Amino acid sequence: MKPLLLSHYTVTSCIGQGLQQTLDALLQQRQTLKPCDFETVDLPTFIGEVEALDDVAMPPGMQEYDCRNNRLAKLGLEQDGFDLAVKAAIDTYGADRIGVFLGTSTSGILETELAFRNRDRTTGKLPEDFIYGKTQNTYSVAYFTREYFKLAGPAAVVSSACSSSAKVFSIARRMIEAGLIDAAIVGGVDTLCLTTLYGFNSLNLLSSQACRPYDKDRDGISIGEAAAFALLERVPDTQTPSSVNSTNSADTILLLGVGESSDAYHMSSPHPEGLGAKLAMQQALQSAGLKPSDIDYINLHGTATPSNDAAEAKAVRAVFAQENKDVPCSSSKGATGHTLGAAGAVEAVICALALQNNFIPGGLNTEAVDTELQLNYQLQNRPQSLQRVMSNSFGFGGTNCSLIFGLANAADAETSHKP
Amino acid sequence: MSSRLTVYIDGIGLIAPGLNNWASGSQTLAGLAPYQSAKTVIPTPELLPAAERRRASDIVKVTLATSLEAISQAGLRNNNLSSVFSFSNGDGVNCHSICEMLASEDREISPTRFHNSVHNAAAGYWSIATKTMATSSVLCAFDGSFGAGLLDALTQVVVEDTPCILMTSDTPYPEPMFSKRPIPDNSGIALLLTPEKSPKSIAKITVSVTDEPAYQFSDAELETLRTAIPSMRGLPLLQSIARKESGHIVLDYLDDLRLAVEVHPC
Repeated sequence: MKPLLLSHYTVTSCIGQGLQQTLDALLQQRQTLKPCDFETVDLPTFIGEVEALDDVAMPPGMQEYDCRNNRLAKLGLEQDGFDLAVKAAIDTYGADRIGVFLGTSTSGILETELAFRNRDRTTGKLPEDFIYGKTQNTYSVAYFTREYFKLAGPAAVVSSACSSSAKVFSIARRMIEAGLIDAAIVGGVDTLCLTTLYGFNSLNLLSSQACRPYDKDRDGISIGEAAAFALLERVPDTQTPSSVNSTNSADTILLLGVGESSDAYHMSSPHPEGLGAKLAMQQALQSAGLKPSDIDYINLHGTATPSNDAAEAKAVRAVFAQENKDVPCSSSKGATGHTLGAAGAVEAVICALALQNNFIPGGLNTEAVDTELQLNYQLQNRPQSLQRVMSNSFGFGGTNCSLIFGLANAADAETSHKP
Repeated sequence: MSSRLTVYIDGIGLIAPGLNNWASGSQTLAGLAPYQSAKTVIPTPELLPAAERRRASDIVKVTLATSLEAISQAGLRNNNLSSVFSFSNGDGVNCHSICEMLASEDREISPTRFHNSVHNAAAGYWSIATKTMATSSVLCAFDGSFGAGLLDALTQVVVEDTPCILMTSDTPYPEPMFSKRPIPDNSGIALLLTPEKSPKSIAKITVSVTDEPAYQFSDAELETLRTAIPSMRGLPLLQSIARKESGHIVLDYLDDLRLAVEVHPC
């Protein structure tokens, strides 16, 4: 595939609002997952909550979109000047040439959960002020974002559980390649709600402590919430971005490869051999024209459930055993929690931070790496110059997506002799 | 720079109130038989293993039925097809049950209810039933879900130069959600799109974005169907194909953006 430019990006999660706080938290390996005190939820688990979301007000005239998920979207869009970068892109390309492709798993379902508690006692009706289309509906966050910027191009939400906001990169890439748009806001937003907390509890997939990816005693996920966005554009013909508003071409982050697959195996368990995950990683390498040995770090899906980490480790070994068996790996979910439909975009931004700041982020909470998984799982941060990294996102229903990001200078060197 | 994407349609699947499948529904849409609204009939999903068949909700069954009709026309079974699913919502009954339980004292929702609640549940069941390991996109664009799905499927075919099946389905919510989102019945359309003309090709379509107004049926009942159910926003395209005439059809997509489709029978 032709590489694409991530001209701007931002992330907001329990570890920080915006890039600087996120980077500081990663560099300090700060733990912010906490015992669950969300709403009226009474479950012995940990969560990653973004503070003070209830204080975020909708923009004037957009009150109908008010829900936890769109509040987090707004908070996220306004970090790191991302909103200004989108406005500059509108000036460059036109509002009808910018797409919006965002991932979420539960959208604004919390509004509906609360509305069901407040049904009319005689008629059973939902409250008058419950507005389905702009809150609960799965499209809500793209609806909100498109309206926030007054965009007029194509838009959709991708909702394939925990691969959602990785797959948005693929949708946007095809739209740009097909000439339908010149740029896209991609990303993911997912927020805490009762459906996921009680739902994952019903599957015995919630950890009773801060989750421990790849630990021999890992016992499940910690659910988090997050918003992460990137502005994707074509790479300018020369390596000096002109109309695009990228800040520093030496540190420019590119999307180099995308791989997607389906397990076709089970609704809520991964393929035991990680077959779908393996296909996704292989396709990502193929689409980037890279070999396994070209990858300097893998940001694992690493949810900390026994079956996910076991299946993913098998898949990583199958792809990397021959050429790059000691490739450093870690999962960010010990820090951010599993942000579900936002996880792909959150971890894409963490990959970008690792590339730009020359470090391999160590995974939090894990004490004894499961030796049976046979991966070079990193527990401590390690300074290292990185050129290309892979990020994995897999989800319920057996949906898999692997992305490869790299520094622009690395891609430059590659494209001279690769397809 | 206005981009136009050209693909061939090799198979069509249809389920809607009063339209049991494409084979008979195309006769109605062509004007050869009168349209009479009736409760949607969903076939049993024979392709699913017994355990999955028991757990499958209506959105899964509708999606399987329309896709299999399209795939069998195209003769592309076991072809590891790329897929695009676009649903205006997940399964309505399942969502209602979860919200009702979470509002009660006992919040212990069942694992099956939970895994059926993900927007991509039908995509998961479909990949298991058809043993398809290729990529799938699972989308939502509220009332514009048909247009969003079609656009993504077109880019799969044109950019990746590969066949792709689009499946767009909707199921109703019971009350009290129904009052907020009055989708009247189960419905779905599947289109099997290919980059090259084949002996199975039914029509060639060329699609671009437009701000022209969307086509409206003159038949009041069909127009009600088109506007009441998001996947049925694609029905004018199916009518155009059923009539076997070349034409220009504008389909609804987002509030201010629509899809212009040039249709040529093959």
